[in-house]
Amino acid sequence: MSPTATATPARPRRRPRREDSGSPMPLGHGRLPRVLAGTALTVLAVVWLLPFLWAVATSVQSEQDVTKPGLSPFKGAFTFAAYRQILERGNVPTWAFNSVLVAVLVTVITVGISTLAAYGFSRGTFRGRRALLAVTVAAIMVPPQLLIVPLFEQMTMFGWVDTYAAIILPQVVAPMMVFILKRFFDGIPRELEDAARIDGASEIRVFRSIVLPLSRPIVAAVAIFVFIGAWNNFMWPFVVTNDPDLMTLPVGLATVKDAFGVQYAQSMASALLAALPLIVMFLLFQRRIVNSVATTGLGGG
Amino acid sequence: MTTTAPAGEAAPPRPGPPGAPPAARRRTRLSGDGRLFVLPFLVCFALFLVWPVVQGLWMSLTDASLTLRDPQFVGFANYAEAFGDPDVWSSLGNTVFFTVISCVPLVLVALAMALLVHSGLAGQWAWRLAYFAPYLLPVTVVTLIWTWLYQPDIGLGNELLTSLGLEPVGWLSDESVAMWSVAALTVWWTVGFNFLLYLAALQSLPATYDEAAALDGAGAWRRLWSVTLPQLRRTTVLVAMLQVLASLKVFDQIYILTKGGPNGSTRPILEYVYDVGFTGYRLGYASAVSYVFFAIVIVVSVAQLRLFRQED
Repeated sequence: MSPTATATPARPRRRPRREDSGSPMPLGHGRLPRVLAGTALTVLAVVWLLPFLWAVATSVQSEQDVTKPGLSPFKGAFTFAAYRQILERGNVPTWAFNSVLVAVLVTVITVGISTLAAYGFSRGTFRGRRALLAVTVAAIMVPPQLLIVPLFEQMTMFGWVDTYAAIILPQVVAPMMVFILKRFFDGIPRELEDAARIDGASEIRVFRSIVLPLSRPIVAAVAIFVFIGAWNNFMWPFVVTNDPDLMTLPVGLATVKDAFGVQYAQSMASALLAALPLIVMFLLFQRRIVNSVATTGLGGG
Repeated sequence: MTTTAPAGEAAPPRPGPPGAPPAARRRTRLSGDGRLFVLPFLVCFALFLVWPVVQGLWMSLTDASLTLRDPQFVGFANYAEAFGDPDVWSSLGNTVFFTVISCVPLVLVALAMALLVHSGLAGQWAWRLAYFAPYLLPVTVVTLIWTWLYQPDIGLGNELLTSLGLEPVGWLSDESVAMWSVAALTVWWTVGFNFLLYLAALQSLPATYDEAAALDGAGAWRRLWSVTLPQLRRTTVLVAMLQVLASLKVFDQIYILTKGGPNGSTRPILEYVYDVGFTGYRLGYASAVSYVFFAIVIVVSVAQLRLFRQED
């Protein structure tokens, strides 16, 4: 686990780590390889950023200018009209609120029950522990799409269709995360906990004040992935909501996508507004997110 | 359980009614054996995973329908129908085709990106952002942007082609092109995750082998080919395995981008499940098709694990 993801002031410690890790220069010392690598990096970056830049350019022009032919990204006057129209219509802020609410609650509940369960599986002695763990691990194989039809039946039976509960609760079961956390807890030496237990700390106290602080990086990694997954989840919220006031951003935008028709400036403006929160999050937490992929490797995707 | 038994025998302080241990010890035992920790997860797990899996299996044996009518048991009739259904086979074919044409670039481009970024040129932060950022976008945002790029008359794709003197392409309307367009979008969208997996692997490689090879006079290409790539073998196997499973499950972007068209040429198996179940109201049959798909996923996973073991 990298020390950079902990709460300690990371910057001074990062530097030496970076330099002695890996082979920093597989390129050799000539100038040609550097130039070639730089060119390849730039070409790839341009290709990867081009759709973004094109969308940004489209979103700040009028609908009429956008439809003019030609390769120039700017075909007319600069205007925020598309953004204004999107925000005035009022749906996007509602959907953004729903997305934040759903993603935060899914993350909090998932991380909560998964860390508790992982600790229980790691340290517990109760009967049936191995069998339950085996079932949990086997469930990693179940594709979520398999559950859509029966889950929808279940929600209909509960009378939950078009409620926040129906959007959120079925998303909180994350066997993969339980497995990742359990493996991590297995690696924490038990002596620390035993010392606290001898001092009379309750199990929940041991978990909260000893195990959790030691596991902050992995818990952060799991939280980041659960959050990205919940924020971007499309199929389940799409199936279980019909009420436009309950839709999340991906679902809401999908339902009005065809209504945009030829209004590409508005279409791009709404896409960029929906893209913004996670991009900002990435800029703020880049290092931690990059580390998360490494630590939960199996868990993302 | 085992932990409490010795303690109970060692200290019988006061006579209590037999079979009713003191409240204090009881409480320690309940939280001490860990079952309370696991309980909240297991409740959700049973409700929202085990139940639907079992329920779906049961539904696949009935003629359950979205129209409210008591489902009748029909045995394996749905499965028999699925195996004779040409739409199942064509959508499975589409899924396999998509998996092949998306996985190869998703692994190779990610590897190339990681090797290039790891070469240590300035601007690490910017490269990582450029390559990984699309992975953070919700599927609808991705499809909105690419619908615009693929717009037949004034989209960037065809503008670029015509400016190079080439014929414009029906990106999403030509049956022979549409799946490639979907794959290109998917590579752009998700390659960042594989890129970060490779980058993390590269950064954890010990530098010693590479330095030794350099001292022995091996050039950059030679070291890449004979030192770095062999060390990345395990990562490549892992990335490829995860990618095949992810690609088999394709649905979201295709559903929003083309709704499976033109003429069913991009419809993957999971969209067929959705169409049959929610548009055609045949939940029982949809469940049967999704269990056929689940069986395929399990076979592929087990086969991959076998291969993975042999690699070790």
